Amino acid sequence: MFDYTFQWRSALRALPDMLAGALVTFETAALSMIFGVLIALALTVMRESKNPLLRGTGNAWVSIARNTPSLFQIYVLYFGLGSLGLHVSSWIALLAGITFNNAGYLAENFRGGLKAVPDTQIRAARSLGMSAFQTYRMIVVPQLLRIVFYPLTNQMVWAVLMTSLGVIVGLNNDLTGVTQDYNVKTFRTFEYFAIAAVLYYLIAKAIVAVARLMAWRLFRY
Amino acid sequence: MFSTSFTWNDFLFLLQGAWVTLQLTSWAILLGTVAGLLFGLLRALLPRASLPLAWVLDVFRSVPLLIQFVLFNSLKSIVGLNISAFSVGCIVLGVYAAAYFTEIVRSGVLAVPFTTRRASRSLGLSYLQDLRYIVLPIAMRVAFPGWLNLVLSVMKDTALVMWIGIVELLRASQTIVTRIQEPMLVLCIAGLIYYVMSLVVARLGARLEKRWQEND
Repeated sequence: MFDYTFQWRSALRALPDMLAGALVTFETAALSMIFGVLIALALTVMRESKNPLLRGTGNAWVSIARNTPSLFQIYVLYFGLGSLGLHVSSWIALLAGITFNNAGYLAENFRGGLKAVPDTQIRAARSLGMSAFQTYRMIVVPQLLRIVFYPLTNQMVWAVLMTSLGVIVGLNNDLTGVTQDYNVKTFRTFEYFAIAAVLYYLIAKAIVAVARLMAWRLFRY
Repeated sequence: MFSTSFTWNDFLFLLQGAWVTLQLTSWAILLGTVAGLLFGLLRALLPRASLPLAWVLDVFRSVPLLIQFVLFNSLKSIVGLNISAFSVGCIVLGVYAAAYFTEIVRSGVLAVPFTTRRASRSLGLSYLQDLRYIVLPIAMRVAFPGWLNLVLSVMKDTALVMWIGIVELLRASQTIVTRIQEPMLVLCIAGLIYYVMSLVVARLGARLEKRWQEND
């Protein structure tokens, strides 16, 4: 029943390459989070606006991002845009797909956070002579960030896990891509993917730990 | 003029894929709900003793689903289990769902105020009765939105099983794309099917939630 010899030694020889891949994975996830947060803030404001076009766009973005698989979103960006003559690299498609997804999920979180900031504070800030932008920047957003900090951390972990989808559209320099490259060369599927799993686990844990440290440092008061 | 080689048969093929997606989702959710309920109760009622369980389940939440699929699929061949790719998909998705549902159940059970439980015990209910008639009904209402979200996210995650060779909705759309070479159209139709499925599940859930609130 069990005639399989594990070849960990040869698999571990791939570790430096896989660590380099892990770095690419982390960078991609971090970039997508940065863009995602910015877009999500814009979406949140858009969904609150009176202009039906802006509101409709915001709502459509959020509902599409939340109701279709992220793999599907990456597919549309990679194959769909390709058929329209816009040829994007698989990394760009992956980054854009995850960013789209992140923005949708975060916008929903931000909306929840925004509800938790009382309306009266905005009015108070406005009557103290702050402009609308100043109110948002100095009153609303700082409180908002406190509330959405844990959802943000979660989303960051999610983003890291989602980057593994890049391999399906042919990305070969992130962690899963590198692993898959070694896998097709040696057919030692289990060993390589087990190491990749360990690395992903460590990345996820590191993010949670850093977030906890940041929360302790940032939200003392 | 708009013309396409997308035929009615292609659409039926997509719907078949959607059916596989739904089957996968329901099996995974069934497995995940049963296991998650059990583990979640354990986590809430015996927090110390079930700590190792929490670590194990945490692994399933911190490793990409794609890698879990590949790992389990190759483990299956190594051990010599003779099960179909579909079962592999169900099992991996089920364990994944269980890992999430455990946390949902745990927070639901912990959301029941301790005073309520003490009151029920003082009224003469046994530990099991307290669990059955007081804690579970309250926890269920707290946990239900989370469970619904989990169903929706598992349905979306079934798209990843294409990597181990199951033809579900997204893979079906891919097959059609390679034949008729109109990716945007086919993907939009597939996306629409996903969207409608999610929407229907979400609506049904919202209705159920409302009905429960009326009876409270």
